[in-house]
Amino acid sequence: MTTPVSNKKRLAGVTIGSLVLVVVLVQLLPFYVALSTALKSRTDLSSQWIFPTAEIFFGNFAAAISSGNILRAIGNSSIITVVSTILVCVLGALAAYPLARRKSPANTAIALLILGMIMVPPLSILVPLYTLLNQLGALNTYWGAILVMVTTQLPLSIFLYTAFMRSLPISVEEAATVDGANRMQLLFGIVFPMLKPVTATVIILTGVAVWNEFALSGYILTSPQMQTIAPAIASFFSVQSSNLPAAAAASLMAMLPVLVAYLFLQKYFIKGMVAGAEK
Amino acid sequence: MSTLTLSPQKRRRRNRSPLGGRSINLLYVPALALLALFTIYPLINGILLSFTNWNGYSAARSNVGLDNYVRLFSDETFRLVLLNTFIYGIGSTIIQQILGLGLAIALDRKMRGKNIARAIIYLPVLVSPVVMGTMYYLLFQYNNGAFNDIVVGLGGERVAWLSDSGAAVGIIVVVNSLQFAGISMIIYLAGLQSIPQMYYEASTVDGASTFEQFRYISVPLLQPAFATSIVLNLIGGLKLFDVIEVMTGGGPGYSTNSVSTLIGISYFDNQSAGYASGMGVVLFMIIVVFTLALNTLLNRRRLEQQ
Repeated sequence: MTTPVSNKKRLAGVTIGSLVLVVVLVQLLPFYVALSTALKSRTDLSSQWIFPTAEIFFGNFAAAISSGNILRAIGNSSIITVVSTILVCVLGALAAYPLARRKSPANTAIALLILGMIMVPPLSILVPLYTLLNQLGALNTYWGAILVMVTTQLPLSIFLYTAFMRSLPISVEEAATVDGANRMQLLFGIVFPMLKPVTATVIILTGVAVWNEFALSGYILTSPQMQTIAPAIASFFSVQSSNLPAAAAASLMAMLPVLVAYLFLQKYFIKGMVAGAEK
Repeated sequence: MSTLTLSPQKRRRRNRSPLGGRSINLLYVPALALLALFTIYPLINGILLSFTNWNGYSAARSNVGLDNYVRLFSDETFRLVLLNTFIYGIGSTIIQQILGLGLAIALDRKMRGKNIARAIIYLPVLVSPVVMGTMYYLLFQYNNGAFNDIVVGLGGERVAWLSDSGAAVGIIVVVNSLQFAGISMIIYLAGLQSIPQMYYEASTVDGASTFEQFRYISVPLLQPAFATSIVLNLIGGLKLFDVIEVMTGGGPGYSTNSVSTLIGISYFDNQSAGYASGMGVVLFMIIVVFTLALNTLLNRRRLEQQ
């Protein structure tokens, strides 16, 4: 009873489904190979395609921790990511308020200037930035890395907060003023509590960006005690390129926190990334 | 007198904020101070340094005018690296649009498991490019690499994927494209879902084919998504750094460097801080020109189609 049209449609569906499946498998391949490499001992020379089913070997994780300083790096990344993200939210929301609510030529110019900062590639200011941090004694310090991370993430967060505040009705703020709220009460009692959805976006975008950052932190934090996770993997990788299984183990450990967060907050991640992209 | 009595009223009306007063502008001072110190000042200082022969650490430096820029464009290595940068930028952008739009159209249909497919395709976006580069290095490594296992299994000779500069540049483009294809996919999906279903229904009644629907309904209405996705991918590709550092370190020789990775090498390895600053200025200018040109072009096309 199947008509030629429905057959053709079904064939198209199967073809499209298979193509999507191929892309999905390609995307999973590096994760699979990293896992199969990390769980084999270095003497096990079986192909990366073969998953170690007989005996699972955890020595590579131990090696990454002991010789690669990976736990220390994860700790450093955690401190820098948490503090930077909080600062980006607070400074971003504060900065956005006058830009959203007080229209003046100067404020329009400032908002444009801040948006333009998104275009600055981190490496293009490497020489003067490194020189400045060196003069300030900020190399290999948490505060130096945090201030740089906050600065690189601020433009996008200010832009997102400004756009969101403009979409809020001003009447709420006017009513509160009529009721006698002072400036502090208005900001912290009325405006900030309304910012929860956009703050979730800013936290996700900033948190992921800072956790994964390499281009600048690789130069700012060079001492093994101060290194964050991405530079730690990169240096581990080049110093001990003969021990790739340990590098694979370190990579898996580095992505674990983000993966766990993604698993539970998937909806917010995708929504947040779209909001961040559509600037 | 009259202006004095009028002005407070006028000002009150102009201030949309119930907070009133210019003093609320103080709220952006901390953010601006950070941007001024760590972005704007380095940007200006970088331009000034690019006119000197500073080595990066000594007190000695002298003005050399435009010498660094003259040297840049007569430098064979820099010309190669500039070409690589354009390949990384434009190549990734093209592949990401094809993948992103194709996947968005496929996953906008009714399909079993489409949510998990979206989640998996998007997953690499969240992983550090350093980690992605490391994992792909395992796949492409010479000995015991997954791809060479297949080649050997089929009776071939091992391929030196990453030691061949042409192949390595291509591999880096593909790795970067696959990692961030998920962003394009999500942008196009959001764009497709914002198109009212009735346009498609009406055109079906009129006898339009699927291709015609795509060409005359989806494409014009996706213009904002095209603009967002293309600009985002192009900036990302032009400033590519992490994946190159991990997969090839810029080698063999200088053959896979981008301008970004070459800046690091010139500053720290070759002690040419003035020269590296010049590269930084060129890279920034390239990104500004591309972004402004694309924004103008894509927005104009959007206007014409309305």
